[in-house]
Amino acid sequence: MATWRPDPSFYPSPRMAAKAPKETIAYVAAFDPDRQRPDAIAVVDVDPTSTSYSQIVGQVDMPNVGDELHHFGWNACSSCLCPNAPHPHVERRYLVVPGLRSSRLHIIDTKPDPKSPRIVRVIDPAEIAEKANYSRLHTIHCGPEGIYVNALADRDGNAPGGIFLLDHDSFDVLGQWEMDRGPQKLAYDFWWHLGHETMITSEWGTPETFENGLVPEVLLGSKYGRRLHFWDLHKRKHLQEIDFGEEHQLVFELRPAHDPTKAYGFVGCVISLKDLSASIWTWYREGGQWAVKKVIEIPAEPADPDLLPPVLKGFNAVAPLVTDIDLSMDDRFLYVSCWGTGDMIQYDVSDPFAPKETGRVRIGGIVSRATHPKASNGALNGGPQMVEISRDGKRVYFTNSLYGAIDSQFYPEGLDGWMVKLDVGDNGGISFDENFFVDWPKSHRPHQVRLEGGDCSSDSYCYP
Amino acid sequence: MQDRAAALEQMTDLWPWLSLAGLGAFHGVNPAMGWLFAVALGLHRQNSRIVWLSLLPIAAGHAAAIAVVLAVFVAFGTVVDLRSLKLFAAALILGLAGYYAFYGHRHRVRIGMRTGMAGLAIWSFLMATGHGAGLMLMPAVLGLCLADPSATIPLGSSLPISLAAVALHIAVTLVVTAAVAFAIMEWFDLGVLRSAWINFDLIWTLALVATGVILVVA
Repeated sequence: MATWRPDPSFYPSPRMAAKAPKETIAYVAAFDPDRQRPDAIAVVDVDPTSTSYSQIVGQVDMPNVGDELHHFGWNACSSCLCPNAPHPHVERRYLVVPGLRSSRLHIIDTKPDPKSPRIVRVIDPAEIAEKANYSRLHTIHCGPEGIYVNALADRDGNAPGGIFLLDHDSFDVLGQWEMDRGPQKLAYDFWWHLGHETMITSEWGTPETFENGLVPEVLLGSKYGRRLHFWDLHKRKHLQEIDFGEEHQLVFELRPAHDPTKAYGFVGCVISLKDLSASIWTWYREGGQWAVKKVIEIPAEPADPDLLPPVLKGFNAVAPLVTDIDLSMDDRFLYVSCWGTGDMIQYDVSDPFAPKETGRVRIGGIVSRATHPKASNGALNGGPQMVEISRDGKRVYFTNSLYGAIDSQFYPEGLDGWMVKLDVGDNGGISFDENFFVDWPKSHRPHQVRLEGGDCSSDSYCYP
Repeated sequence: MQDRAAALEQMTDLWPWLSLAGLGAFHGVNPAMGWLFAVALGLHRQNSRIVWLSLLPIAAGHAAAIAVVLAVFVAFGTVVDLRSLKLFAAALILGLAGYYAFYGHRHRVRIGMRTGMAGLAIWSFLMATGHGAGLMLMPAVLGLCLADPSATIPLGSSLPISLAAVALHIAVTLVVTAAVAFAIMEWFDLGVLRSAWINFDLIWTLALVATGVILVVA
């Protein structure tokens, strides 16, 4: 139902959104790697004044098993205030939650009680295949033409993956987004520069190359994704492809500057075939085209092969495996998850071409198994993975699972889920909140975190 | 002599002109009709001149949208009697209101933040046409053109009247659009949108319904 005034969680600009009230709850996708019990969206209390702080206080189970919940998003966000296609009287109310493996899409109502959300609609994979010809649903963004959902494959599990649209009131599948996809085949993440009418998409691989774990031959043959694609957001037309080259594999999470006047952003590359390093690249405008530059390289760490899983044994080193990154609302700090080594690194990216490291913590990690002050078990596994920043930039939350089948390749003894929180200093610097550690129930593993009212990867803005 | 007196009375009857001006103010103040886009472009390009320049294509697009609707109706009015014309307009307007009530505002977004002045004029034309801005003026314009429901519109007198109607409406729309843009730029910041942006879509739909009803009963 339309409201009389805009949803209070909509902000015209990132500058204003950074002054939003603190979040009190977080929604976290949790999946059962054995696909025996239903996956769930868990509600975590993140209000430090609450008696149930750092506890799971609610949960909504999916109606089926084996969905593999992964990323999810809101039905509406601050982009509803954009002047060219305004629809400011929609509520930010529903979580749009896809199953990456099942291709099923769940619409979850967070009202009237945000701590006990409930499922109001389930869209079957067959309907999505029929209307959009896609499967393996991945990332959700609310934007100018409704809800954008990307998919890693077509209905039969082959390339091309792409994007389709959902109506943000009825949640009906509106159809494929692309009108001219050019050379684009693989899909992973997508986001945009509303101020520059540009969509950006990245690449992973087709389902047969990841649903049973990463395939070494595909990786060593540089057959996983390594390109960025730039699109005209409104014409829905492919404009430009940038190939990172054979050395670079798995070009994943896209974090454009929040300020709509800026035309740059950051993307993480998981692994270099040359030396197992991970890297962060900045994309930017140059001479009427988009260009990229590697701005951070995180080296692999030499390690005793006895401590390494079979996939890494031959290399005598642990790869950093940068699998997620996130940019603060003021475009100042970039957080980089190193799922392999266990580091969470904070960079000052005020100059997007010259990042400076301003903070680092270590937790878990393939070799280090670093612990947390509140963890009862002294050796944590998994590593920093999906990371989310509060709108004011003061708090950072992250979880430790990547993807069921890949977790067991890098953490073969099993992965016990956890969620932690960092406090951020006024001028950078990060440290663990010693009172926040969610020892995740063993039946499930946590993945993406979404914060009440929006966070640093949920909203986009039209005004500086 | 008696005819002259009646005509004079009609001329001095100000309500259609007032309603054209009032609707101009209503269209002008609605953020979806242009001032917000102008302000956004000015902020985005860090140039306040862009705000004022943008108002011109926005006004031109709005004026064109209204003129097209009036031209179509005046043209039909020369061959169809006023009563039928009003009923036809009412059906269109109520149909549009029904569409907005049930389907909201679903449409492709074709014009974005990098648009030029021509794109802005097209955007404004599409926005005004799609939302029935011209149709909303029908009771006033038809009232000005002719009072006798059984006759057809006399082309000679209706053209200047229609042009005057568009001119008045668009002048008021432009002044109000500029005033709101100025107020936002000078005295407020866009944070005011968070509380002051009331649901114009709802008011707009109700205004369409009221217009349709007026055409049927008046």
